[in-house]
Amino acid sequence: MKALAARRRNPIVATLLLFVALLGVGGVYAVATSAAPAEAVATADQTAIDEGKRLYLEGCSSCHGLNAQGTATGPTLIGVGAASVHFQVSTGRMPMAAPGAQAPVKPVDYSEADVAAMAAYIASLAPGPAIPTAEQLDYTDADIAEGGVLFRINCAQCHQAAGGGGALTQGKHAPSLMSSSAQEIYEAMLTGPQNMPVFADTTLPVEDKQAIIAYIKDLQEAESPGGIALGRIGPVAEGLFLWAGVIAVFIGIAVWIGIKAR
Amino acid sequence: MSEITTRDSGSLPDHGHGAPEGTNPDDLARPLYEGPGALPAADIPHRPRRSDIDPKAARRAERQVAALFVLAMLMFILFVVGYIAISPFTEVYVPVFGLIGAQNFVLGLTLGLGIFCIGAGAIQWAKKLMPDVEVVQERHPLRSTPHEDAEALDQYERGKEESGFGQYRIIRRTLIGAMALLPIPLIVLLRDLWSPKDGSFGPSPVELLSTTAWVEGMPVVTDGTYVKLRPEDIPVGGLVSALPENIMEIQEAEHNLNARGKAAIILVRMEPDEIRAQQGDGWDYQGILAYSKICTHVGCPIALYEHRTHHLLCPCHQSTFDLADAGNVVFGPAARRMPQLPIGVNEEGFLVAKAPFAEPVGPSFWERG
Repeated sequence: MKALAARRRNPIVATLLLFVALLGVGGVYAVATSAAPAEAVATADQTAIDEGKRLYLEGCSSCHGLNAQGTATGPTLIGVGAASVHFQVSTGRMPMAAPGAQAPVKPVDYSEADVAAMAAYIASLAPGPAIPTAEQLDYTDADIAEGGVLFRINCAQCHQAAGGGGALTQGKHAPSLMSSSAQEIYEAMLTGPQNMPVFADTTLPVEDKQAIIAYIKDLQEAESPGGIALGRIGPVAEGLFLWAGVIAVFIGIAVWIGIKAR
Repeated sequence: MSEITTRDSGSLPDHGHGAPEGTNPDDLARPLYEGPGALPAADIPHRPRRSDIDPKAARRAERQVAALFVLAMLMFILFVVGYIAISPFTEVYVPVFGLIGAQNFVLGLTLGLGIFCIGAGAIQWAKKLMPDVEVVQERHPLRSTPHEDAEALDQYERGKEESGFGQYRIIRRTLIGAMALLPIPLIVLLRDLWSPKDGSFGPSPVELLSTTAWVEGMPVVTDGTYVKLRPEDIPVGGLVSALPENIMEIQEAEHNLNARGKAAIILVRMEPDEIRAQQGDGWDYQGILAYSKICTHVGCPIALYEHRTHHLLCPCHQSTFDLADAGNVVFGPAARRMPQLPIGVNEEGFLVAKAPFAEPVGPSFWERG
């Protein structure tokens, strides 16, 4: 120790000390910065989950239960996944305004962040279908013709061959797809909202879903060269229109021809 | 405008051609109609039109008719202008009709209105300005006169004699033979209806309607993409339209879609405790049920499956089947439950049929009882 004490005033010591101090600060900083993002994300996640839980308890728990376990009036949400929450809430279907055969689409009460928070909360309860990524929703290279075949096999029975929607049993209906976004279509196939069956990635892979979306998007953009589309259900609607509408005009003309002039 | 009254000549009252009673003697504008086969009707009260009495009204009617014809001319000119001036690719928004081709719209509108104006002008002309008189048109009796009857009979007798039908015996007999055999081809075409049961005439229609491509061990593939399925591929609440694995081979061999039409099925998966009844013990595989896709009413393909109610709805006539309750009919005109296909997995873990359909799929038919 004596030898050390004797040399502490040596100019080299100062340099050495500075080097050690710099190393220490740099090391601590490096450790701190590498740990911080993970912690920050975890905190952000936890914040979103807490916020989502708050919104859930306010808006959803009266039907789905305080722990999302489900009640007599609403199914359990454990395991439905973030995709289901996003679909139901961002289209205004949930929360329902009143019990009924089917939740109708209505103006949305929540911001995008609110929806994401609730989705995060429900997803934190149990694993379920996640919100599709931008890559999954990219249908630009998809085969529209193949999508048409798959749509007619899997979707047209309820949503009608041109996506106009149709009636189901006891007041329920399959909605029109003419204003649906790619994300809504994808999430609906993935989660099976309300009475729609689930078309999982195992039976309808991502490329097939993209093809179906491309087909629906093509239908949405398709014009109706003749004017009124009449639901695009073909000769039945057109015939009904002629019989019910145009024949009334013809009868009017026939009456005018037959009436005696005064 | 003339009013034509028809009646049997037998009941026509004899009142001659004079001015009928009950008309206004001041009606000087009334024209007389003296056409053939028509008699002024005495018992229909005549009321003169305003254009018959008032020359001003008559001139107004004249102007109206002319205006309609001028409008027609204008429309035809506009048609030509529209054809030349408007590009076939221009679109225009028309209320009610929506966004439509401007040229098509103008061409249809002008041509239609032009033709309508000619017709309306002609009708207006006839109603307001042409002679206005009630007439009776006589209708001759429907029965032929005795003279016509006699002539027809006479021609028949003469034809019989001249053809020599009674005279040439061999011609008569061969003609009768030809006529007797004429129905044979028609009956042979219907031979399917009584095919012998031993199969010597090929499969009977009953057999054709009662069998499908599903046999024991036949793997299930998705419709459209023809991929074999594992039970874990189908989530609870899932729906898959499916076919037997060899469907494309059969289709290419038979050159028709009959096999596909009969073998189409849907697979649905529910929680095993949700299944209240099945058509056979253990015909599901861990809650996966396979049912025919063909409605038992008139054979529409149906896949409108509601995964919460487990109802399968036919869009054609609203027959509803409960897939959680052995496919029984819960609503609609279908008289039979939806046939169930027993399924299991093979040693490779793929879903397969455990047996063929136990009952014919699709609509009822006579011999099914």
